[in-house]
Order: sequence, then C-alpha cells, then structure tokens
Amino acid sequence: MALVCASLLTPLTILAAAPSPPKAEAGSSSPDTDERVRDVASELRCVVCQNLSVADSPSDLAKEMRDLIRELLQQGKTREEIKAYFVSRYGEFVLLEPPKRGFNLLVWGLPFAALLVGACGVYLAAKRWTRRGHQAAPPPDPAYAERVRRELKERGGSSGS
Amino acid sequence: MSWKKALIPLACVPLIILLAYGFRTDPKAIPSPLVEKAAPGFRIAVYDGDNLSLEGLKGKPVVLNFWASWCYPACYEEAPLLEATWRKYKERGLMMVGVGIQDKEANAREFMRRFNFTFPNGPDPGSKISIDYGVYGVPETFFIDRQGRIAYKHVGALSPDVIEEQVRAILKEK
Repeated sequence: MALVCASLLTPLTILAAAPSPPKAEAGSSSPDTDERVRDVASELRCVVCQNLSVADSPSDLAKEMRDLIRELLQQGKTREEIKAYFVSRYGEFVLLEPPKRGFNLLVWGLPFAALLVGACGVYLAAKRWTRRGHQAAPPPDPAYAERVRRELKERGGSSGS
Repeated sequence: MSWKKALIPLACVPLIILLAYGFRTDPKAIPSPLVEKAAPGFRIAVYDGDNLSLEGLKGKPVVLNFWASWCYPACYEEAPLLEATWRKYKERGLMMVGVGIQDKEANAREFMRRFNFTFPNGPDPGSKISIDYGVYGVPETFFIDRQGRIAYKHVGALSPDVIEEQVRAILKEK
C-alpha cells in the first residue's frame, strides 16, 4: 500500500492517499443508483486528497465512502441526509461547496461585491475621461491670438500680391 | 497624500490579514465535530477474540486508537506507548481498543506481535468505524470518558505526556 506522510511535525499517515488501481465498486447495482452515488459523492471532498471529490478520487478511503453512500441510498436516505451524516463526522470541511450561510456568505458574496466595486470604478473613470474630452478649449492668450491674426494677415497679403 | 491615494494601500490591509491568517493555519488540522459529543457506537471482531462493542464498555473510559501496519513511522513510534499505558492503567478500569485500518490480516498480526499488544485489536472492514469517527489518517486516537463522550481527539503519534494527561482525565471522571 502506498504511503504518504503528511509532515514531519505531525507524523500522520494519510489513509491510502496515493492512488491505487481502480477496482470494481462493491455492491454495484443499477445505473440509476450508480448515478445517484456519483451525484452525492461529487459534492463531498475526498479527505485524503488535494481538491478531489469522493466521486473522482481513486483512493481506497474514497472508494469505501462511495460504498457507504450506496448503502445509505439503498436504505432510503436522501442526498441531504447523507451529506449531513458526513458533515457530522468530518465537519463542513467535507463539503466541496461551503454552505451559503454565516461567515461562508463572505466567500460567496465577496467576488460579486468586488466585481460591482470594479465596475463602478471603471464607470466613474470612463465618465471622467469622456467629460474631459468634451470640455471647451480654454480661451487663447490675447497676445498670442493677436500675433496669429497679424501673421495670417501678413501671409494673406503677401500671397495675394 | 490625498485620501484617494491612501485608499490603495488601505485596501491591501484586509488582503494581507487574510493571507497572514491563511498561511499560519495548518490546512491538515481539521477540527473534529465529534469532540465533546457522544462517541459513535461500534462493533469490532477482535483478532483471536470475541466481538467487542462500545455499548458493552458502558461506564468505562476508553482509548480508541486507529493504526495500520503500513503507517510508518508514526504508528511504530506510539505502539509501545499504547501497550505500556494499557498495562499501567487496565487495573484502574481503563479500556483500550485498537482498530487496524486498510490492512492485510497477516501484516496487522505481525504488527501486533512485534509490539506485544495485549489489548483488544480488530480490523475495520469497509472502513465503517473509521468513517463514523471522521478518521482521515493514521494514527488517530480518541479518548472516550465514562459517559461515552469523546473528551479528546489526537491526530498523529501520541507523546508520553499527551497520553498520560488524557488517560488521567478520562479515568478521573466519575
């Protein structure tokens, strides 16, 4: 059995975290049950892997979790009841998607809030730039205007002769 | 500096706090929701013995240890400590149960023989007990008090201080 040592400070050996060859699922039943097992398992985190669901993990523990999900489904438990069971054992950590309540709302809300603030910023900046573009040119310096007028007149006079 | 210019570094402050918090936390330290709750019941077929259930140990403080012969070095480090603690406290009513996880029977028996285990140990087919206790690695140890409540959970190899302190705590409760 392949081993993975979590760290030297906490010498905990993660349960068969390294993949083992895929085996036939125990108690495989109808394709409909397999689909329901996959549905529930895809919402649960494989606790011995990095960012893999119980459905996708090839580890032994994930396989045994899938077997347990199948057993619970066959006992008539609902998806929510099964998820609640795993949460009662492993905590909310076992859910791949944190539930939308309490502090977790920050995780769900912050990206949208950031998007909104960014969009407001872009809108305000764009508004300022367009306003600047439409502003009337400041009146010219009278001395400079007089000089331009005079030179144009002289040029007009010389070209006319 | 105008207040608008100060906004940019100010906006970074919560981000830095969040990152500092994130980097200081151990992602592998998952708090167990079972601590201070009733220990899930279990039944185990003890190697060379009868079936043993938590229900049958009612009123006794229990040390429940999850191990595996392939868990090296942590399980090998704490195994002598478990046996010594069992011998020291069994007369005072302590119960110790070992659960071998995802192990071949021959390897598990060799492990028990190597460390002269005299407390009851058994396998966990289908990892039912392990999942019921939210175990995600080995070794993990649960200290169950006389009321059948999980008083403490230890992840990783036990140290002499931790096992002594926790065993005394569950023995004391009457």
